Amino acid sequence: MANKFISGNDAFAYGIALSRPHVISAYPITPQTTVVETLSSFIANGTLNSEFIHVESEHSALSAAIGASSVGARAFTATSSQGLLYMAECLTYASGGRYPIVMMNANRSTALPWNIYGDQRDSISLLDHGWIQAYAEDAQEALDLAIMSFYIAEHKKVSTPFMVNLDGFALTHTYEVVDVPEQEKVDEFLPPFETDNKLDLDEPKNLGFSAGPDTNTEFKYHEQQGMLNAYEVISECEQKFKAIFKREYPGLVEDYYASSADFVIVTLGTIAGTVKDAVDTLRSDGKKVGLLRLRYLRPFPNEEIVKLLKDAKAVAVLEKDISFGNEGTVYTNVNSALKKGNVTCPTSNYIGGLGGRDIEKHQIIEIFERITSMQSEIKFIGLKGE
Amino acid sequence: MKVEKVKVSLNTVDDIPYAPFARPGLVTVNSGFRTQRPVCDKEKCNGCHLCYLYCPDGCILKDGKSIKFDLDFCKGCGICKKICNKGAISFEDEK
Amino acid sequence: MAVTVKNISDDELFFGHKACGGCGGALAVRGALKVLGRRSVAVVPAGCMSAVAFNYPQLCFANNAIISTFAGTASMMTGIEAGLRALGKKDFQVVGFAGDGGTGDIGIQALSGAIERNDNVLYICYDNEAYMNTGIQKSTLTPFGARTTTTPVGSKVQGNRSFKKNMFEIVAAHGITYAATASVGYLPDFLNKVEKASKIQGTKYIHVIAPCPTGWGIKTEDCIEVAKEVVDCGLWYLAEFENGEFKLNKRPKEFTRIDSYIKRQGRFKHMTDEDIENVVKARDQKWNFINKYFN
Repeated sequence: MANKFISGNDAFAYGIALSRPHVISAYPITPQTTVVETLSSFIANGTLNSEFIHVESEHSALSAAIGASSVGARAFTATSSQGLLYMAECLTYASGGRYPIVMMNANRSTALPWNIYGDQRDSISLLDHGWIQAYAEDAQEALDLAIMSFYIAEHKKVSTPFMVNLDGFALTHTYEVVDVPEQEKVDEFLPPFETDNKLDLDEPKNLGFSAGPDTNTEFKYHEQQGMLNAYEVISECEQKFKAIFKREYPGLVEDYYASSADFVIVTLGTIAGTVKDAVDTLRSDGKKVGLLRLRYLRPFPNEEIVKLLKDAKAVAVLEKDISFGNEGTVYTNVNSALKKGNVTCPTSNYIGGLGGRDIEKHQIIEIFERITSMQSEIKFIGLKGE
Repeated sequence: MKVEKVKVSLNTVDDIPYAPFARPGLVTVNSGFRTQRPVCDKEKCNGCHLCYLYCPDGCILKDGKSIKFDLDFCKGCGICKKICNKGAISFEDEK
Repeated sequence: MAVTVKNISDDELFFGHKACGGCGGALAVRGALKVLGRRSVAVVPAGCMSAVAFNYPQLCFANNAIISTFAGTASMMTGIEAGLRALGKKDFQVVGFAGDGGTGDIGIQALSGAIERNDNVLYICYDNEAYMNTGIQKSTLTPFGARTTTTPVGSKVQGNRSFKKNMFEIVAAHGITYAATASVGYLPDFLNKVEKASKIQGTKYIHVIAPCPTGWGIKTEDCIEVAKEVVDCGLWYLAEFENGEFKLNKRPKEFTRIDSYIKRQGRFKHMTDEDIENVVKARDQKWNFINKYFN
């Protein structure tokens, strides 16, 4: 093990390199670029033995990764924002084909207006594309998710592609001390990718075929089952991870005083750090507040949310995303979980951080204050003039 | 080696693979495409096998110095008749 | 050794498909796979060949085959080749079969990328000169004058008003390792180009004219004859690009009549004498270029 002072992107690149992908294909886009630059330098220096494909677009980046995965090779790609949208066609291709590709997405606002900074509208708008979606809070978690993502995605019961999301700049370009595991330990943790869902020179197969009304439903049923199986595989994966690396992860959600709080903010990504800070401050004043951090949006932690929020008096969902004409998508999902679990406390939705605008601690505290007194609201935070 | 006819049962969800991958195989034939069937006059056929080469469906089989047709998959397009220099192939109505 | 009707493999790797009778594209795929053999991995984008051969559970490739996204033929080929190589596999051929739209329109970017990287793949464009699978819409490789469902013959505009894009020369301009043109009307020439390409390391591109009787308005039995005639009248040519040079493989002594090629096809039936004159002019211009720059 070695401590390194590196950016979130570099930490992720280390995690990928330690997972020894056979094929990496990527196209540059800010703020993803330094991940693939770092991986390229590993390859150029001979410390990583992967085929790096310099594709001419994000569509080709994922298409090539699908090709590699379809012969049983471990494949990685990385993108962001417009790039993710440009490859969107290939997202359903990878998930419907059950190709366990790992992709890093540097969360970034989507045009128009142009904006290179972080919000989460890019990945959240693609929640229905059949990928596991995880959101890292810090660089260590990013690195560890890089390694765990292959374990989970490639697990026979799951066979589903995995998107790891890192907040653009806030995480991708922020430097932290990170523990980079030893290769031997990663090799011990991560089994080789084995699948029967592949083109096989000795036993030819036809892949990626059409399935009409007669069988399409069953293929989609299996796809849903694979994603649902990820619940237990994520847990199994984190237990094994802890045994080998001595670092513990809490499953699909992180409970930061949420289960013992009256008022809870639900959020995801790096903003959780600021929320934790606000929770600490308010709790030192005796306020019963907490944070529920969503580490995964797909599969969605329905049961965990209910378990942690069943005694809450009010819940706020803070997200860097909006489904125009409705509300924040995370809010919709959280409300659905609560409804299914018969949790009836009022919920509110706060949309913030769009286009990279900071969400400050005092705004978090204000959210806690509002949900203490409000029935329910859906609100953009920090609007000019307010 | 050829794509072979297979029997596939798709009655339960577990009969359908978890991902779109499967061994090659044919569950239906193509004879329904056809209104006329090819016939080879073995007296005229000189075994040049050009018809075999040009059949888009691979339905002409070399048969010694002549040919035979795979009538399960022949669509009756007539390319074989046209390509034959000897006029050995003709078409007759399906009964 | 040249591929001939006598020595070509009896394997039928592309068989039982639901292509229309007399399909030139199906013939090109069948023939190419006979040459390339069982260890070829076929990548087929959305289009006729995937629509007719990949309907679960009717799966018509005896070798490995996969449908790619429409735009992703070349990029998926690249990934497959890289993946197999990274896994230590040897003695395989990754081959793509894409139509004219899949190649010249939506797939041209990925194809360009693969050629620039000189990926070790063989890309075969079966050119039936329109989006046939979706019901005969114009592609950028649809010839001048052709009636398609998106270039109909009306009182104001009659058929396609733009000229066919030359993918062979676009590909050659990349400095590709090997490229060739072919026609299913001259099948042995095509098959031998496939054979030659399979022995070459790097990116190979073969553009084969493959008439679509349904879309062209010809009798199914005439597919091969029309595919010959397009070469004989000089509207297509058999050539190769190798080591930075163009080489013409077949120089017709005298062109057959363009109007007879045109008049026999339903898609051109409406063409005026002036239209046909335009086609003749374009052909002559092309051949001036060929005579000047092709060996």
